[in-house]
Amino acid sequence: MQFRTLALSALSTALFATSAFSQAIKISGLYELSGPGASAGTQFKNGVELAVKEINAAGGILGRKLEHNAADTQTNPGVAKGLATKAVDDGAVAVFGPVYSGSIMVSMTETRRVEIPNFTGGEAASITTQGNPYIFRTSFTQATAMPKVARYIANDLKAKNVAVLFVNNDFGKGGRDAIIKALEAYGSKVSADISTEAAQVDFSAAVLKAKQSNADALFVYLNEEESARALRELRKQGWNKPIVGETTLTGQKVIELAGEAANGAVAHVGLTADAPGALMKKYKDAYQRDYKAGSDHNGIKGYTGVYVLKAAIEKAGKVDSKAIATALKGLEIKAAKEPGVLLDVSFDANGDLDRESFMVEVRNGKQEVKDILPPLGKK
Amino acid sequence: MKKSTLLLIAATIFMLAVPPFLKNYGIYLFTYWLVFILATMGLNLTVGYAGQKSLGHAAFFGIGAYTVAILMKAGISFWIGLPLAMLGCFAIGIAVGFPALRVQAIYLAFATLGFNTAVWLVMRNEEWLTGGTFGINNIARPSLFGFSLEKNLHYYYFVFAVTLIFAYILHRLLSSPWGKAFTALRDNPIRAESLGVRIQSYTLLSFAIGAVYAGVAGALFAPLVGFIEPAPFAVSTSIMMYLMVVVGGPGYFLGPVVGSAVGVLLPEWLRFAQAWYLFVFGTAVVLLMLWLPDGLLSIPDRIRAKKLARVEAQARSDAAAKIGGAA
Amino acid sequence: MVDFFQLLFSGLATGSIYALAALGFTLLWQASGTINFAQGEFVMLPAFAMVGFLAWGAPLSVSFVLTCIVSIAVLGWCFKRGLIDPLYRHGMMPIVVATIGLAIAMRSGVRAGYSAEAHPFPALFADKLFKVAGVTVTLADIGTLVIALALVFATQMFITKTVTGRAMQAVAQNTESATVLGIDVPKMVFYTFAINAVLACTAALLVTPVYLAKFDMGESLGTKAFFAAIIGGFNNSRGALLGGLIVGVAENLSAAYISPTYKDAVALVLFMAVILFKPQGLLGKKVERKV
Repeated sequence: MQFRTLALSALSTALFATSAFSQAIKISGLYELSGPGASAGTQFKNGVELAVKEINAAGGILGRKLEHNAADTQTNPGVAKGLATKAVDDGAVAVFGPVYSGSIMVSMTETRRVEIPNFTGGEAASITTQGNPYIFRTSFTQATAMPKVARYIANDLKAKNVAVLFVNNDFGKGGRDAIIKALEAYGSKVSADISTEAAQVDFSAAVLKAKQSNADALFVYLNEEESARALRELRKQGWNKPIVGETTLTGQKVIELAGEAANGAVAHVGLTADAPGALMKKYKDAYQRDYKAGSDHNGIKGYTGVYVLKAAIEKAGKVDSKAIATALKGLEIKAAKEPGVLLDVSFDANGDLDRESFMVEVRNGKQEVKDILPPLGKK
Repeated sequence: MKKSTLLLIAATIFMLAVPPFLKNYGIYLFTYWLVFILATMGLNLTVGYAGQKSLGHAAFFGIGAYTVAILMKAGISFWIGLPLAMLGCFAIGIAVGFPALRVQAIYLAFATLGFNTAVWLVMRNEEWLTGGTFGINNIARPSLFGFSLEKNLHYYYFVFAVTLIFAYILHRLLSSPWGKAFTALRDNPIRAESLGVRIQSYTLLSFAIGAVYAGVAGALFAPLVGFIEPAPFAVSTSIMMYLMVVVGGPGYFLGPVVGSAVGVLLPEWLRFAQAWYLFVFGTAVVLLMLWLPDGLLSIPDRIRAKKLARVEAQARSDAAAKIGGAA
Repeated sequence: MVDFFQLLFSGLATGSIYALAALGFTLLWQASGTINFAQGEFVMLPAFAMVGFLAWGAPLSVSFVLTCIVSIAVLGWCFKRGLIDPLYRHGMMPIVVATIGLAIAMRSGVRAGYSAEAHPFPALFADKLFKVAGVTVTLADIGTLVIALALVFATQMFITKTVTGRAMQAVAQNTESATVLGIDVPKMVFYTFAINAVLACTAALLVTPVYLAKFDMGESLGTKAFFAAIIGGFNNSRGALLGGLIVGVAENLSAAYISPTYKDAVALVLFMAVILFKPQGLLGKKVERKV
């Protein structure tokens, strides 16, 4: 049995090797295209496909085109694991996604086993603490982002008591754990710890709890639609203290859905399509043109991820999974050299990335960048 | 009789011989399929043979998976976890079934649905026990008498063996007088009671045994994926399992095999339809129900019924002609 | 105390939405013994139809009327003739599974055919806030509650006071006798489906400004509707209203006073208690089992 598979694979690699020149670089995508992760996964996939299209139009990487294959994980880790094994069987050079951390946990075990770099859109802190040398982020980890938010809340807002409102899934819970830890490090007390459900419609009880806790500020960590509903409820019940969030709270979609209620909300944002700069604007317009919808942070993650892969391949000089992974460790990519990454980015040995980020406030229905926070590595 | 045993032997040979030729993904899919066959066999007992409407099967699936996972994390071997999971599911099945089965069919459906949601909530909220939404990671595959089942192919054969054993047990159960009692329950419960079959105990038993099967399937599921979280054990999975049983053919012994193939393998084959694959799947299910309301395995029965109807119609027209001629 | 009333009012508003979905569900069950697992999607589809009509430039009222007509045709007539009529005599199982398949198809069809994103929907009521005795309510809260109440009572009136309504009741209670009495049974059953379609459209109109048009908006709505229908009474229209309101209020109160993480469990506990002690629901009538 073993001999046969060995013989077959030897034969196929021989065949591949002979036609190496025009051989496409295979990347497999595992995306949540249905189930609760559908909007995030679809955005991520769209970002990846846009980047692949642009790169292929410009001649590919090292003269070879990218071949992208997308599959739906149904936001189900059991399915994600199967698809990861399939990607491995198909001979992918790199794997993109999934976005939800549950699915990432299983897919990254597979990609590690065969030593293929895995670019994920997940933000959970635990992803890069597993000692897996083949996992790479496309956005901040909550462990990096939350201390920045906590610092703003404690120092700039001088809030002594903070109420935390979060969505009870792995995304929200991870953020809640991280912000509570960070707030306590800065000496602020958490006066209310309010859990809500995904797809929750009625936030009256949650907002009431926040009001009752006499908090000086409210930290909101929900998905987009729920953020809009929460903001409306806050305005309805007359909440007049600061509302702070992370990435999702001040998204364009949220502003659209919440209307006036979004004004005054502040968030720390790692990736926003409304960041200042010509590169981001170009990306934003391209995405809008191709997909007839605005890009959220997940779209940017997918897009920049592909360009990071490109930079790594070019540094490694060859299309080899192990070499790419090694090249990524400690890699610094400047946007001036590789416009596709949109913002300067650098990677560390764990697969975490470091980038500048923004404090955004919503004024008059628009995202306004209040502050640009430099990457942690830069002093 | 002979045809079906031949079919069974052919199927077993297929399941034994094909996987070594498949790549990792194929083996994984087959193992996934087997796990669901095991779970839906239990549901078939409750729904197909005993005629109950259970929409909470995934809860037991989850209880089995979490039992094994939690115990393994605490250092207790899989081989102790497995029987504990079975016992646990049986006990919980009896505990839930006792009040729930006193209500009529349609209410049972919703009672089990409620039970499933309650279990899911506990799995999600009690982080100290279940890891909450973060789940339990790095669940290793067990070793049998020192022989590691880590490799996909070895684990597949192990799961296949377990499925065969449990299928055999179910078969013996159904051919026994107990099995006849279950079928009597399904067809006419009041009449069965009047004949001395105690509805209460038998429905309870069918429910609990079904739960045990789901528990075993769950215990095998956890090491297969290596990571569990509450999501796969929610009501949507229960509904999917119910769908698998009905599409395969409730009350047919091999119904779960066909039904699980539809539920697990069909969406994979439909992936060529890209974004529309689930739409095609849903529509296929609707059309299947319209064409074959008794499930896929009712095809031979239908053909037989049609043939019989034709023969009878022929006999009738012959007889009519004879009478007409005589008159 | 003020807080309690705040939660109560918000809960009533949310609950009235569940009530509308539950009402159609109850009607279908009464008329044809159908458990429609696609009930939530029956609200989702008109929501997207209206979004589509609005995108073409039609004003909201026109879109609503057009959608109602399309819904009666598709979710009423096609659903009945295509799915229920052929499967009716085969018992509940095939119908249940067929509606499950239909729900999957509708959800995925919208996701693939339209988009996976949430779409905003124009609010029916102006964004006004009222403060009544310390409690803040929006015009939408009041409006939704009033319309839902009105619809339930209108349906109740129709069924009990008009000849057609009573014919529908007769069909629901005893189909054979109804046929013998000369009632056009298929037509009456169709009317039920048509009413369900219109109710779903109205629910969509009221719900979508808050829920936002998304392909999976039907999932949670459908489940809540089932619970509401059972709690209130599966064979009684007013029961659906009561059930919906109870679920909406209970969720809020339990989130605030008991535990936010288990707030869904409260509706469940209520629901299980009702099933065990009063299976016909709080307002339902006991149904005799035929032997």
